[in-house]
Amino acid sequence: MARIFAYIVHRSGVVDDSADELITTAMKIDRAVSPIAIVTGWGPDLDAVCESLRSSYCEIWKVGQEALAYPNAELVRQALAKTLPPKSILLVPHNHFGIDLSPGLSIQLNAAFVSDVVGIEGVDGESLRLVRQEFGGQVSAHVVCDISSGAVISVRPGAFKPEPSDSISGVVVDQSSAVGSLAARRRYVETIVAETGAVDITKHNVLVSIGRGIQEKENIALAEELAEELGAAVSCSRPVVDAKWLEKCRQVGSSGRTVKPKVYLALGISGAFQHLAGIKGNPFLIAINKNAKAPIFQVADVGIVDDILEFLPVLTEKVRELRAVAAK
Amino acid sequence: MEILVCARRVPDTSENEIEINNAGNDIERDELVYSVNEADNYAVEEALQIRDQIGGNVTVVTIGEEDSEDILRRQLAMGANLAVLISDDAFTDSDGRGIATALAGFVERGHYDLILTGVEAEDGAAQVGGMLAAVLDYPFASLVNSIEVLDGKLRVSREIESGNREINEIDLPCVLSIQTGINEPRYVGMRGIRQVASVPIPILRASDVGVDQGAVGKAAAKVKRVDYFVPAAGKGAEILHRSRKENADKVLELLAARGGLK
Repeated sequence: MARIFAYIVHRSGVVDDSADELITTAMKIDRAVSPIAIVTGWGPDLDAVCESLRSSYCEIWKVGQEALAYPNAELVRQALAKTLPPKSILLVPHNHFGIDLSPGLSIQLNAAFVSDVVGIEGVDGESLRLVRQEFGGQVSAHVVCDISSGAVISVRPGAFKPEPSDSISGVVVDQSSAVGSLAARRRYVETIVAETGAVDITKHNVLVSIGRGIQEKENIALAEELAEELGAAVSCSRPVVDAKWLEKCRQVGSSGRTVKPKVYLALGISGAFQHLAGIKGNPFLIAINKNAKAPIFQVADVGIVDDILEFLPVLTEKVRELRAVAAK
Repeated sequence: MEILVCARRVPDTSENEIEINNAGNDIERDELVYSVNEADNYAVEEALQIRDQIGGNVTVVTIGEEDSEDILRRQLAMGANLAVLISDDAFTDSDGRGIATALAGFVERGHYDLILTGVEAEDGAAQVGGMLAAVLDYPFASLVNSIEVLDGKLRVSREIESGNREINEIDLPCVLSIQTGINEPRYVGMRGIRQVASVPIPILRASDVGVDQGAVGKAAAKVKRVDYFVPAAGKGAEILHRSRKENADKVLELLAARGGLK
């Protein structure tokens, strides 16, 4: 069985949650093999990351070079291609970095590539059987992958829960000398931090959140009226921002804001995992969507299969009536 | 600048409820509405805007069956200079590597400064752009949400976590995968499509793009889909099946119970 490596994402010397999740993923591929952490970076941050991984990984490969101080996937890819042994299986989180790194790395390693994996069903000889989703999560698919020349597998964040394990005392192996010079045809310049905007959706207990089902910019007023009556804020999923109907600061998701409301009204939102990743704190989730197959119904507490454009005015009117009665 | 955009015809998930067929080996395709992959449409618009700003040509290429011609015609109506269909039974059941290999064969027959793909299509794999760059040995950036043309290079912004943007400089030629929302794609009506109805769309076979049939298709695929399935439902939502008004009453009751009313 090939050796399994887990690429460790970290920032400012702190290991990302995915590091523990990838251990679970590796164990699902082969219970008998302990995965090896592979970490790229530079300086005290890299040392701190390697040190903190010693309690969860038996072996940590440290790949240090000043050019790797910022995780530029173009450079990390070259470093990994020079470091990983032939036929390795590499696990990478499927986030903005994994999307940047992984497909090209699989070509360089002449390895198979399976993207955004949510389940592992096991290995039969040189065939690894996995689960992915397609069509925005509306259907799942079993996929088989020929691992005879290795594999790069990007793993959906949150799909594999970390398992409690005994604390161990892993060894750090310095592999930096294998890397050599790296060609910088793409150079990191700076990170521009998102502006909070006029409304901070992270500060609200109730969110009236709209998705593609709102259909037209003019219809956003329907959500705003309900939010006004509820004392809530209007947030949204990606398509609403893509269409320029609401500002980026209103977007909930992995590329938007992370929110922790008490109640989340998902209106015309399909429930792509990137959107769900931005909803934390286990709010009471009410989903209304005209597509009964929408993945949002898998995670919602209560669901209604209806057109939000028809349903919203009725609900808003009910809230108004209730408030009028209460005011008397 | 010579720009190539790789686009694909896909079932439009915003318009369709996806059902699995009886055999479980495909989705039900009979009643589906197809369109150009959403992110690819943004990529075409971005290419057109760059061309209109600094000159050059935009070519759109797709690999697919002959019915993919409709999306190519749509991109011509948007303003692409040339559209090419690569179609061959040899590509059936290719994995991402097979598609990237075929596209690389096409790229190497021409001369392109910039190659754009959409970040991902309906399978959510987000793989072809990065693979194509690696096959060509070009630099790559994914999730691009703005492009500024400099001398011999680009300044691009990548969408990273929390709405933050990562700014990079990248040398030309390069491959970029374009994120939705980067621009506002122009509208194309039936009239626009009729105007390009007679523009020829060349159809190339595997041999025309210098692809060895053994390097693509099912036999070469390291990754194969076995079947589609619907996972056993977890807890799932309690679905309210009453009238609209009664459902609204129930939502109101739930909101009150959960502190959702001010």
